[in-house]
Amino acid sequence: MSQPPPPLDPHDSSLGETLGSLFRKALEGYQGAKTTGLDAIDEFVSARMGEEFNARLDRVPTTFGEGSTDPFGLDREWVKYAIASVAVLHRHYFRTEVFGAENVPKGRVLLIANHSGQIPIDGALIGAAMFMDVEPPRFCRAMVEKFTQTLPFVSLLFSRVGQVVGVPENARPLLRREEALLVFPEGVKGISKPFDRRYRLADFGLGFMRLAMETDTPIVPVAVVGGEEQYISVKNMDGLAKFLRVPSLPLLPQLLLPGGALPLPTKYRISFGEPMTFQGDPDDDDAVIAEKVETVRATIQTMVNRGVRERKSIFF
Amino acid sequence: MTNESPSRPRGTVLVTGVCGRLGKRLVRALHKEANVVGIDRRPFADRPSDVVHEQVDIRRKKLKDVFRAQPIDAIVHLGVMHDPRASATEHHAWNVVGFAKLLEYAAQFKVPKVVVLSSANVYGPQPDNPQFLNEDAPLLGGARFGEIRDLIEVDMLAQSFFWKHPETETVILRPVHILGTVRNAPSNFLRLDPVLTLLGFDPMIQVIHEDDVAHAILCALDRGKRGIFNVAGPDPVPLSRAIKTVGRPTIAVPYTLAKATLKRLWSLRLTSFPAPELDHIRYVCMVDDTRAKETLGFRHAHNLEETLQHVLSEEW
Repeated sequence: MSQPPPPLDPHDSSLGETLGSLFRKALEGYQGAKTTGLDAIDEFVSARMGEEFNARLDRVPTTFGEGSTDPFGLDREWVKYAIASVAVLHRHYFRTEVFGAENVPKGRVLLIANHSGQIPIDGALIGAAMFMDVEPPRFCRAMVEKFTQTLPFVSLLFSRVGQVVGVPENARPLLRREEALLVFPEGVKGISKPFDRRYRLADFGLGFMRLAMETDTPIVPVAVVGGEEQYISVKNMDGLAKFLRVPSLPLLPQLLLPGGALPLPTKYRISFGEPMTFQGDPDDDDAVIAEKVETVRATIQTMVNRGVRERKSIFF
Repeated sequence: MTNESPSRPRGTVLVTGVCGRLGKRLVRALHKEANVVGIDRRPFADRPSDVVHEQVDIRRKKLKDVFRAQPIDAIVHLGVMHDPRASATEHHAWNVVGFAKLLEYAAQFKVPKVVVLSSANVYGPQPDNPQFLNEDAPLLGGARFGEIRDLIEVDMLAQSFFWKHPETETVILRPVHILGTVRNAPSNFLRLDPVLTLLGFDPMIQVIHEDDVAHAILCALDRGKRGIFNVAGPDPVPLSRAIKTVGRPTIAVPYTLAKATLKRLWSLRLTSFPAPELDHIRYVCMVDDTRAKETLGFRHAHNLEETLQHVLSEEW
């Protein structure tokens, strides 16, 4: 701080210096708080989840060698804290029941799931299940909508916990490295379903099927039940969404209630189906690919229907 | 003007923009192996005695005399103007018209090798960029930042030259952020005190040492090498870690505020960074350099710490 400013751009430096020193003071206080915060989480993780949690962390396969941040932006420290916080939701808030964890193969895999719940809690819980219930524990990466990259903090968090923008150029190298990728082929249409369309799967994109065929990756269908009731959406305000340039804007009456911003504590049921493999030309006509995609969609729809039918209650 | 010096393995190499810092570094690496003829409208202060310097504007007819005077074995084009303060007409005349002239002479005098230094910035930072762009990705850099359109045009001109003149080996290099004593935006950015960052954004970035760029140019000059190559240095890191390694304090500002402020500062001539460049510290623009490694045989020699700390280095 005491060093003379660099010779170039004296304007930038002098202006910045005043602002900077002010800011640094604020930052020192913040950083102190952050360190104690992280320590507290560390303590909590060891106390609550026991040694098993840390042991599982050590067993997660590394794809990109050492180094704290991999080329796709995944930072193991961030993932640790993210999973620790989601694990609390997973075990205690949503009390997720996981079925068929043994169906997830060891190597590369595309997890194809139904999307629901207005905000992607389903993705986080599948991620937690892949770490806590699947053997060996995995960090699974979700393919996310490019819109999320324009949001401050969200883009940062998503990148550090291993999410990647949903383009095939990103998926190929990751699958080649035997990673687990989570795809919601319904996209925004899926997550923002109004309540009267709950558990009725929207149309699937075709990209994942081409990818699976090209890279010879098994597809594991995943059905998530419980997400549709966490936020009850009366309708989507498409006009307003367009105006605000956001992908969707659900009308959620529960936001008016005290504490209504929290999702309702529904019980999540996540089931992993048996792996499906598809052969053929990945560059085939849409019609041919769509047929194969339809098999996957139908499988997931059946699994979802069974899940909805068999649960005794939304909350228990 | 004629070269009495003993014949050198690489013959006579014409280097445009030789008086820039990168040009001087290239000359230092090249002049033992080649007879270097430098072209620049600026004077070449401490030029090695065996280097010929022609102080000409590449748009002038006089450029042709340089080609007439001696057989040229290779052209290295570094003389791209990127001064966002200069007018669009000046930019266009210099970068596009001047370069087109140079290519015209290269064809007329049958120069066997042309190496053009483009930049990975021609791809442009976008929210839907794949984490690593390969050489076939579209050049969208001008979409949000009009001032670099002529740099894209230079790249395109070189590409069409590549196809039209198969007898010339044309190499287009697209290096990531070049760091060092050079006065380019990324190096200047890391020399700010404090360094501006965008609140909630921390994209992964790739950097390369200026000497590694010079080395990549030498690789491109080898006989038999042709094509377009992304050039990258050490593994990517989060922007925040890069700034930390340089040892600069940071100041995080929300994007909208930063954009508005920078626009105002820019119009008051208080900063050398135009507002659209903020996208570089917001979105990823990273490249896949597999082709350069495999075909050019290029390997970077400077690790991340050296590369980053080199921006503060006074010696050059």
